[in-house]
Amino acid sequence: MTTTTADSTGQRGLAATTEARAIVAASRNHGRSRAIAITTALAVATFAVVCISVSIGDFPIALRDVVPSIFGFGASDTTFIVQEIRLPRIVCGLLVGFAFGMSGTVFQSLVRNELASPDVIGITAGASTAAVVAIVLFGSSSISLSFAALLGGLGTAGAIYLFAYKRGVSGYRLILVGIGIAAGLSSVTSYLITRAEITDVQRATIWLTGSLNGRTWDQVATLAVVIAVLLPTLLLLARGLRALQLGDDAAKGIGVRVEGVRAAIIIAAVGLAAFGTAVAGPVAFVAFVSGPIARRLVASGDIALLPSALVGAVLLLSADLVARAGLGSIELPVGVLTGILGAPYLLWLLARTNRMGTGD
Amino acid sequence: MGGAGSRMAGLIAALAVLAILVLLSIAVGAKPIAPATVLDALLHYDRTLNDHLIVRSLRLPRTEVALLVGAALGLGGAVMQGVARNPLADPGILGVNAGAALMVVIGIYVFGIASLYGYVWFAFAGAAGASVAVYAIGSLGREGATPIKLSLAGAAITVFLGSITTAILLLDVATLDQYRFWAVGSLAGRDAQIATSMAPFILVGVLIALACGPALNALALGDDMARGLGQRVGLARAGSAVGVVILCGAATAAAGPIGFVGLVVPHVARLLTGPDYRWILPYSMVLAPILLLAADIVGRVIIRPAEMQVGIVTAAIGAPFFVWLVRRRNLAEL
Repeated sequence: MTTTTADSTGQRGLAATTEARAIVAASRNHGRSRAIAITTALAVATFAVVCISVSIGDFPIALRDVVPSIFGFGASDTTFIVQEIRLPRIVCGLLVGFAFGMSGTVFQSLVRNELASPDVIGITAGASTAAVVAIVLFGSSSISLSFAALLGGLGTAGAIYLFAYKRGVSGYRLILVGIGIAAGLSSVTSYLITRAEITDVQRATIWLTGSLNGRTWDQVATLAVVIAVLLPTLLLLARGLRALQLGDDAAKGIGVRVEGVRAAIIIAAVGLAAFGTAVAGPVAFVAFVSGPIARRLVASGDIALLPSALVGAVLLLSADLVARAGLGSIELPVGVLTGILGAPYLLWLLARTNRMGTGD
Repeated sequence: MGGAGSRMAGLIAALAVLAILVLLSIAVGAKPIAPATVLDALLHYDRTLNDHLIVRSLRLPRTEVALLVGAALGLGGAVMQGVARNPLADPGILGVNAGAALMVVIGIYVFGIASLYGYVWFAFAGAAGASVAVYAIGSLGREGATPIKLSLAGAAITVFLGSITTAILLLDVATLDQYRFWAVGSLAGRDAQIATSMAPFILVGVLIALACGPALNALALGDDMARGLGQRVGLARAGSAVGVVILCGAATAAAGPIGFVGLVVPHVARLLTGPDYRWILPYSMVLAPILLLAADIVGRVIIRPAEMQVGIVTAAIGAPFFVWLVRRRNLAEL
């Protein structure tokens, strides 16, 4: 009698476990297929914005001629305009958006703070100070300016990491050291801005806002190589990143080499942010907002690396399109528009997810 | 640091340092004035004497503004970090600085305002307007104003307003040329009129903020725990936010955006006192004016006869100290 009861309880327990497994698996699959659907949709959106950007300008190009002329099969004048003038800037925007979106979301996940991003914790502050020094003191432009910004960004990131290192790097100490160093550096930037000639101030302001004006294939090539290396690296490290989000102890418990993985992730994310900044300046908001938007779209609580990168690309490309052609005779640097377009979208998303009761 | 006794001793020591800095700030400036004359100007004011005039009409109000602004930023920053439960939150996250900056730029560009006193009310109105918008959007939805919604809404509105500011600055060089000096944050030229018009706001803000200490301690445990302890979470958060806006709006109106003080001083206070807001708040309120006054005095003498703006000096001397402190102490996380 007792055995039968035990058996039947056991069977019921087994049935319940199987059922629970099935539910978990189903919801996981559902989450995964939603993530894939969102990623695909974002990729299509990116492609669409690229095509629209190519077609719009002082010399309008019909949408059906866009793809042929990108690959050099169109009429010779269209092909020239597309390949030599519009495409470098557009591909640049695509890559910079990609780099910022990815780097931002990686930092936010790494230090488990939605307010963190390379802009906030000091890396872009280093690039900015170096660039403003280059503009104001050395009158640099284009290549030497990019180089200065790159050195500034990488150097600052290294300094932040070293100062935050004390038997390992805790996310919290990284944030605080980042704040301190960013504040020190931006005081140098402000000092130079108050002392400089107004024309230099204007150039510095444009650079600090972030602009894609006049970018060339050379800059695109460098950034493309960097992304080609760092993007797969980060995708490979995503497992480790998910583990780190559980906290250092839990991550160690499931066999992750915490410090090594964290250092590798930081190097990759810093590389993306620093090279992106070197090309376009610290374009406001892209690194900050892409992660929160992508995570809310995917809605699975996962870190959503690729979706964030694509959100960054769509945001930067649409902002640059408006900056370049949407305001009549006024042409503003793209960094002005990323904030004006991105902020209302984030607010709308916040309000909408709040209504559904999933605000956080 | 040990018990309440040593915390009180630390606070008294900090007050003593502050008192010395106040005296130094009145005594030191571009024009060397003998300490005896300074004392004379304070006790037996003679408006026909040039040195007395400098002390009474320039240095004294400037020191008052530094005290008010410093206390307001330190206290406002500490309350803000408690409300947002985020080490990256500074008063700027409520949109205070972005709103003030946009209104100042509009004041310069549209209305041709050129005086420091003219900026004050524009800045204050902008700060208040922006933070009301942030709070309204951040508290949409069932849960009300949760820390993360507030922070994201604040960051979004800050960037939005900042973009409009930048657009105007890029379209009009004359505005940029005028704005860049306001934007670094400075105490230079702040007179008695500015001090007296902002003082009532800051005093009210100080009272509200100090009263928030126990509520912030409860909020630090998380909303559910705070509710369990009988805290009215929504009310506590809204009250704290009102305090922050009054304090930081007035401070930014008086001295321009000084970012570093409100962000970093509360961290320093937390490193010294531990996580109890009943101590963090008074410590922040005393440490911040110490930093601001010291920076202002250094700024006055470092490139004499010119001056370096206090917003620049605070970060330049504060940042290395802060990094050193972060490395040295065990961190009490928010």
